[in-house]
Amino acid sequence: MPEKTTILNAQAIHRVLTRIAHEIVERNDSAQSIVIIGVQRGGIHLAERLGLLLKGIWGHPVPVGQLDVSMHRDDLDQHGVPNIQPTVMPFDINGKTVVLVDDVLFSGRTTRAALDALNDFGRPRRIQLAVLIDRGHRELPIKPDFVGKNVPTATNESIDVQLKETGGEDAVYLEKSA
Amino acid sequence: MTNITTAGWHRKHLLDIESLTAEEINIVHDTTRAFKAVGERAIKKVPALRGKTVINLFIEPSTRTRISFELAAMRLTADVINFSVEASSLKKGETLKDTARNLEALNADIIIIRHSAAGAPHFLSRFLRGSVVNAGDGAHEHPTQALLDTYTIREKKGRVAGLNVTILGDILYSRVARSNIHALLKLGANVTLCGPSTLVPKVFEQMGCKVTYNVDEAIAEADVINLLRIQHERQRKTMFPSIGEYTNLFGLTKARFAKTQPDVLIMHPGPINRGVEINSEVADCERSVVLEQVTNGLAVRMAVLFLVNGGKGPQEIAG
Repeated sequence: MPEKTTILNAQAIHRVLTRIAHEIVERNDSAQSIVIIGVQRGGIHLAERLGLLLKGIWGHPVPVGQLDVSMHRDDLDQHGVPNIQPTVMPFDINGKTVVLVDDVLFSGRTTRAALDALNDFGRPRRIQLAVLIDRGHRELPIKPDFVGKNVPTATNESIDVQLKETGGEDAVYLEKSA
Repeated sequence: MTNITTAGWHRKHLLDIESLTAEEINIVHDTTRAFKAVGERAIKKVPALRGKTVINLFIEPSTRTRISFELAAMRLTADVINFSVEASSLKKGETLKDTARNLEALNADIIIIRHSAAGAPHFLSRFLRGSVVNAGDGAHEHPTQALLDTYTIREKKGRVAGLNVTILGDILYSRVARSNIHALLKLGANVTLCGPSTLVPKVFEQMGCKVTYNVDEAIAEADVINLLRIQHERQRKTMFPSIGEYTNLFGLTKARFAKTQPDVLIMHPGPINRGVEINSEVADCERSVVLEQVTNGLAVRMAVLFLVNGGKGPQEIAG
């Protein structure tokens, strides 16, 4: 049986996302030019929540999109066939500040694929990266701009992010395989 | 995150619909939806098959299917070579096996084959290391056509299960009909076949279809009417008396179209013989999705190339 430790509970997740929203506001003075893009699948609900939090701060809706990066991955040959999710980007990203949102930052390969995928939609003014958990073990020179929690992990450990939107509770667990 | 969820697709080849499960057909459909969106962007290309070599081995003449596969491969950033019978060494007496082995010696990753002999793709899949995709083998199967037809139905009607689908025309010589029958039945549609009795043998009832020779009965309750072209090239002259008589008895004329359901979907795999199996105005009416089938065909073929490239075969996915 894998050992399971709670890293963030529901309250902590809410606090962390609220802080990230304020950090996004602090970093970006022009509220009009921000778009939030969640990376499928783990990032999309976090992106929606951040969008709502930012709306609460700025007082106007913030565009939120979804990006599937499977077609841009560099490790397609090493895994099974990925389950491709919809990409929904009903706005122009040219000249905008894109905040990419993902649940867990690990090797950085998903983020690299996301940067490539975004290229096909236009040329943002800048791209920032927000993640709920940074678990280390980067294989590429990629660094997040906003981090919910840094969790140094071993490679035999994994991070399990559960969110209300997918039917569970809000919680982040660290699992160690025996 | 490196934990990418896999789709549950393990096939290295796409040889027929008969051996697919409903779940696998749905995986192709779901993947198709994502690739269709790629075709609607300003940049219609993704690097999913970068560095892969795709060979279109068309031993039987074809333009639209070959172009569709070619463009699909290009949009996935694969390198694609077209190999047609006119230019091939098959004309000089080389066997299909030798031709395929020669192409494999060029390190082809995916071979798309159309052949006039049923089973040719299955034959190649037994000794080639790469993936084999059937683009039509004789009167046997044309899997990507059935996948795009069922995808189009699902897109337009929201479902396939429970719908009344009528396939009208030359069933006997049609690989499109066979693949469609398999796909529709697996997805839970009610399939009715109709056409001249010489081209729609009763034996199809054993597959689970309804067979009728009364066209008015066949189309009255249909949610979808899929018209098939009369296959002049695969047919002996004696199957029905004349084209004119076929149109009178089985063509989708304006009078017959007027008696169909108001939301019926008119489909045709092309090329259309206007004025023969379908009235020209009916072919262009708003219920006709003929051109959307072409658009969806490209997306389906992108999905299929993407899936078979990732499929390792059951023996290789352990661990």
